Amino acid sequence: MINLQDISKVYPIGKRELEVLKGINLNIDKGELVAIMGPSGSGKTTLLNLLGCLDKPTSGKYYLEGREVSRLKGGELANIRGQKIGFIFQTFNLLSRLTALANVELGMTYAGGIDRKRALEALAKVGLSERVKHRPVELSGGEQQRVAIARALVKNPSLFLADEPTGQLDSHSGEEIISILTSLHAEQGITVLLVTHDANIASHCQRIIHLKDGEITAG
Amino acid sequence: MKKWSSLLSTVWLGISTHKLRSFLTMLGIVIGVGAVIILMSIGKGTTAQILANIESMGSDLITIRPGASFGFGGVRGGGGSTQTLTIDDAEAIAEDVSYISAVVPSYSSNLQLVVGSENTNASVTGTTPDYLEVNNLDVASGSFFTEYDYQRGAKVVVLGSSVKETLFGDDNPIGQQMRMGGNIVRVAGVLEGNESMMGGSDDAIFIPLTAMQQMVAQPRTAQGERVISSISLTVSDETQADYVVEEITTLLRSRHRLGSLDDDDFSITSMQEIAAAISETAGTMTLLLGAIAAISLLVGGIGVMNIMLVSVLERTREIGIRKALGAREHDIWIQFLIEAAFLTLAGGIIGVIIGWLVAYFLNSMGLMTTVVTADIVILAVSVSVGIGLFFGFYPAWNASRLNPIEALRSE
Repeated sequence: MINLQDISKVYPIGKRELEVLKGINLNIDKGELVAIMGPSGSGKTTLLNLLGCLDKPTSGKYYLEGREVSRLKGGELANIRGQKIGFIFQTFNLLSRLTALANVELGMTYAGGIDRKRALEALAKVGLSERVKHRPVELSGGEQQRVAIARALVKNPSLFLADEPTGQLDSHSGEEIISILTSLHAEQGITVLLVTHDANIASHCQRIIHLKDGEITAG
Repeated sequence: MKKWSSLLSTVWLGISTHKLRSFLTMLGIVIGVGAVIILMSIGKGTTAQILANIESMGSDLITIRPGASFGFGGVRGGGGSTQTLTIDDAEAIAEDVSYISAVVPSYSSNLQLVVGSENTNASVTGTTPDYLEVNNLDVASGSFFTEYDYQRGAKVVVLGSSVKETLFGDDNPIGQQMRMGGNIVRVAGVLEGNESMMGGSDDAIFIPLTAMQQMVAQPRTAQGERVISSISLTVSDETQADYVVEEITTLLRSRHRLGSLDDDDFSITSMQEIAAAISETAGTMTLLLGAIAAISLLVGGIGVMNIMLVSVLERTREIGIRKALGAREHDIWIQFLIEAAFLTLAGGIIGVIIGWLVAYFLNSMGLMTTVVTADIVILAVSVSVGIGLFFGFYPAWNASRLNPIEALRSE
């Protein structure tokens, strides 16, 4: 599913260069549930952005479902984001002016077009059938994150990428989100990668990758 | 189809959630387009009115006056100051030039008029009965003098509407007598008021030329021919107006014994020429008015760009989210470009409606003649959309180039 070969990412900072990822080699099979852990600045988010085709590696090769995507142009990367990848962010990143339903539909806008029935189904799966007309400010943090999951789910992605999905939630809501993600993984066989600080959450995952100073130290 | 409806709903979302900002963006265009419509309609209306006036004077009219032509001013210049045009010239033209339906000589002189205690000076024009028809004038009451009056030199006069007002007020002047110079004349008719720019008939008094000759000493040229102030004539075939002017020029030059190097000692003005000159001038004026209004449209366009740039800045996070969800640069670009075009189109349409209403109001209040034509409307609306596309281009391009990671991180 995912194959990274000697991936490095270098950011120029002023005249110096900061090497955020140093020769990452990684294989993730279809249907895995993987946690990425590591201290701040270890390159977790950068890795996730590369995997999500939001960014390109400075060197190395990235194969997604057998296709090398590390050399693709912006438009093709956008198409991969639209069709194969569902993002879940720490800060939810919902559009505050839109209802829950419209936010979920936004997930389909760039992935083949809006289908209201499917959007409602996705909201039902995350247990928000009663909340479709609510705007983000009218929802709790956990509910907002469930809308975000529905938004990612609605286009049937092959890969879920969650960046600290419970980082802004209380432990109860956090557990709920994790249980939704694990059940989606179990029922639909979606490959899930989640970045977390929380060892308790990581413990739900089959595999934990530890990252430190841009290198994989375990997993 | 699906794609378009989702694009339109995206655009509508951007516009409807920032109502004040959208309104202010539109306002600049509304004012600009409104100004274009109003000023152009005034320009066109004025042109149309002037041309209608000329038309009412008869577009087949040609006037010959003594003295060299001074372009447009020559129409009014020269009256009586040079004495080169004679009754014999008029007769020769009537005989020798084809495509002419009537030739009317006239001689004007200032005479004192007395009616009861009213005492005034007026320009009295001695002419032939055809004057009425050649100059497209209408009689309001009584009648113009007749061929019979002309033959016997009857002292009957026809008053212009202003002269009648001055001398008789609201009284009926028909049949009444008045003193003119040293003679008693009888009023036969009053002319319809004529508002046209070059009318002049309102202040005039008309009398048979034959009677005029008995009352004032008409000057004569060195050859002993009686001098007149002007000859007016109508062309029977309007397409031949240029030919007629040419023929008359040749005829008069030879009659006046002018050498090939001499300038004409007369000037010929055809209504067609005047109409053409005026429409050209008025067209230039309309364009100038339009250009002034276009400046406000340009300023409105810069306002659109300004607000779109702010809008992109404010919606950076939204752009990041859209990109993470799979929006390509091109999708973001189109979204913002359509938004700008939509705002300016709406502004343009509202501007047209307001401009149209103001033009209609000016017209119906009688303040100004305005004409709103389809081409102005189409021009104004398409220019406003063009402005949206032009000034929306850079902000939209800016938006599309945002790095999704940085955009997602922005507050």
